Amino acid sequence: MTTPTPTPTELPRPREAEPSGQRVAVPAPTERAAAAVKRFVKRAAKVPALRPAARKLAPGVRQVHRIWRRSLQLRMVTITLLCSSALVGGFGYLIASSSTDSLLLAAQEDAERQFLIGRTKAIEQMSAIPNPESPTIENEITSVLGTLAGQGQNGLVVAMRFENEKVATLPRAGLFWPNDLDLSQAITADMQNMVLDGGWGHEYVDADLGEGVHTYLVYGTPVPTQKWAGSSVELYYLFPVDTEVKVAGDIRSTITFVGVALVLLLGMVTALVTRATVSPVRVAARTAQRLSAGLLDQRMVVKGEDEMALLADAFNQMAANLQRQIVRLEEMSRLQRRFTSDVSHELRTPLTTVRMAADLLYSERDTFDPASARSAELLQAELDRFEELLTDLLEISRFDAGFAMLDAEPTDLVTVVRRVTERLEPVAERVGVQLELVAPDPPVIAEIDPRRVERILRNLVGNAVDHGEGRPVTVTLALDSRAVAITVRDHGVGLKPGEEKLVFNRFWRADPSRARQTGGTGLGLSISMEDARLHGGWLEAWGSPGGGAQFRLTLPVRAGGRLAGSPLPLVPADHPAPQLRGESAQVRA
Amino acid sequence: MRARVLVVDDDPALAEMLGIVLRSEGFVPAFVADGERALAAFREARPDVVLLDLMLPGMSGLDVCRAIRAESGVPIVMLTAKSDTVDVVLGLESGADDYVVKPFKPKELVARVRARLRRGEDVTPELLTIGPPDNQIIIDVPAHTVTRNGAEVKLTPLEFDLLVALARKPRQVFTREVLLEQVWGYRHSADTRLVNVHVQRLRAKIEPDPERPEIILTVRGVGYKAGTS
Repeated sequence: MTTPTPTPTELPRPREAEPSGQRVAVPAPTERAAAAVKRFVKRAAKVPALRPAARKLAPGVRQVHRIWRRSLQLRMVTITLLCSSALVGGFGYLIASSSTDSLLLAAQEDAERQFLIGRTKAIEQMSAIPNPESPTIENEITSVLGTLAGQGQNGLVVAMRFENEKVATLPRAGLFWPNDLDLSQAITADMQNMVLDGGWGHEYVDADLGEGVHTYLVYGTPVPTQKWAGSSVELYYLFPVDTEVKVAGDIRSTITFVGVALVLLLGMVTALVTRATVSPVRVAARTAQRLSAGLLDQRMVVKGEDEMALLADAFNQMAANLQRQIVRLEEMSRLQRRFTSDVSHELRTPLTTVRMAADLLYSERDTFDPASARSAELLQAELDRFEELLTDLLEISRFDAGFAMLDAEPTDLVTVVRRVTERLEPVAERVGVQLELVAPDPPVIAEIDPRRVERILRNLVGNAVDHGEGRPVTVTLALDSRAVAITVRDHGVGLKPGEEKLVFNRFWRADPSRARQTGGTGLGLSISMEDARLHGGWLEAWGSPGGGAQFRLTLPVRAGGRLAGSPLPLVPADHPAPQLRGESAQVRA
Repeated sequence: MRARVLVVDDDPALAEMLGIVLRSEGFVPAFVADGERALAAFREARPDVVLLDLMLPGMSGLDVCRAIRAESGVPIVMLTAKSDTVDVVLGLESGADDYVVKPFKPKELVARVRARLRRGEDVTPELLTIGPPDNQIIIDVPAHTVTRNGAEVKLTPLEFDLLVALARKPRQVFTREVLLEQVWGYRHSADTRLVNVHVQRLRAKIEPDPERPEIILTVRGVGYKAGTS
């Protein structure tokens, strides 16, 4: 592999964290930054050579990312640390450099003053030397240097160099105060050239003059005198500035130390502050979780009178209101159930008497006069309708009261479907409708409430027979690993666009003017819908005008299972393609 | 001998109407209007079948049902206004053999009563044995007795019929619908909970461990069968 592996900073994060639906998304700058990093990292992960490394590092990164996303405290502390580091670092640098500068500037001014005085003195004294060729010239110049250096105060070094071969008695390397020093490190070539060119100036040099490395402020100048015409005399002052440099260093380290301490302190303060803010939120979250789990008497502890106490107070109020509402609703629901149950009983008992009386009269009608006989017939027939309606109404009100319960057990659906079709066979024959059953041979076992499913199917098949216009009705049963589906297809008048939803409405009738030959309470499909919903299933309708209708019931194979799809299509395969989904609507329970 | 029917119902109109219908069908009805006196009336009337309203003043129908069941296996048919699972199952668990939901048709009721009375025509000597070898159940059909490991087990007539139906064809799986027809006399399918509850009651009496049955086995999604050696 030729490409270098990525450093941890370009870590790929190939997997997005799972989307959290409940996050109130106002992307914070950090989140945007995180997103940018993520994008970059993703792109990096696409570079083939980076992939193995990416895979290896991915779990760790995910972990970090998760912790990052989960902890507000961590985010706050990190952000504070980053910001305060930048701020303190910047300020510290500024302060340090400006104080060092001013310190050195003062030293430099002092040095320059002394140097300029020395220069004048040097010119004066050098001019005063009577004979440059004197054998004692070296001693004389040394004494001049001594005076210039003020007899060696503060480690000051003064040096002279001569670039003139005519003055043979002087050493080429120059003369110094104090003696015997090697200045080759201290006086740079640049400096010497400048001086030889007749200019003067200064520079800072770190040099070892035999006592370890020190910092020197070096001044250099030519010494122009009449006497020495034709030979150049260079004068150098070396001021030790160790103290100043040391002080500057101290300032820098102090500032660094203080800065780091400040940043850490800020981090801690942030941690404490966020902790103080976050922990009540955590408590609130935990309490809310308990509340939603049904422990309605959970409350938060109210301490003090600050905003957190306000939050706790408001939270508790909310919880109390919720509890009151829920208890009230429960009470209402209980009353409703009681009412339904009572009404049911109170209505049914006299109805039973009436029913039996009517039956008796009906069976004796041959002995009545024609009017009474017909009355007995009407009484009987209408009682049937009344009974059906009452049953359906009570059933619906049970659903409305949330009283309906699923009584699921493993049941063979083929048997249920067959039973329904067999029982409706006589009715179908009477209106000339042929009932077809398409079902797999082996038993189709699903955890369903057989009474409810049978009721749904009775309704669907009954409706199909009623509206089938004498054409065949097909009941199809199919299953996959998770769901069973039953479709009931008729080829009658069908449904107009939009009616697919309406059919499930209570007391809805396709055509109000149509004769009610088949009766029905108008509640059948609504009840079926509720039954399907109770199973966690779907009941859907499809229809096209003149093309018939198809109802599809889909139920999870296991009670409490969730449906993802249906083993059978809602739109029948025999229907021409152009009228697909466009005009079919689905209503799902 | 005309069959005696005890009607336990607090609604006078319904009771009267029930009387008219029952008499016209050849039964001898007796009436009691509240739960407290139901047991005394039961002892006095010695009915062949009890029609019991579940909602009664005084003692509740369920308690009456339990009290009668405690001292007799006489068939009990509940009259109930509720068809909710809880109510029906509670009634059946209290010992009722069958139920009719109000409003019922006279024919329906009479059919239920007749179905509960239609028994004992079997006189062929028949001895059935079911269950694993270490836990054999011996059923003497004409004598209406059931013994488990030599000890007699008290069964109501309905439980007995159910056990006999299963035991006559061991290894055959009976769907709940078939059992409803054979034991309860329902021509069209009725409430399969009748079967479930009675199988539970039967198991409680004859199984060593009703939670893990070995005599009456459940065939998931289909029905029940008798276990054999």
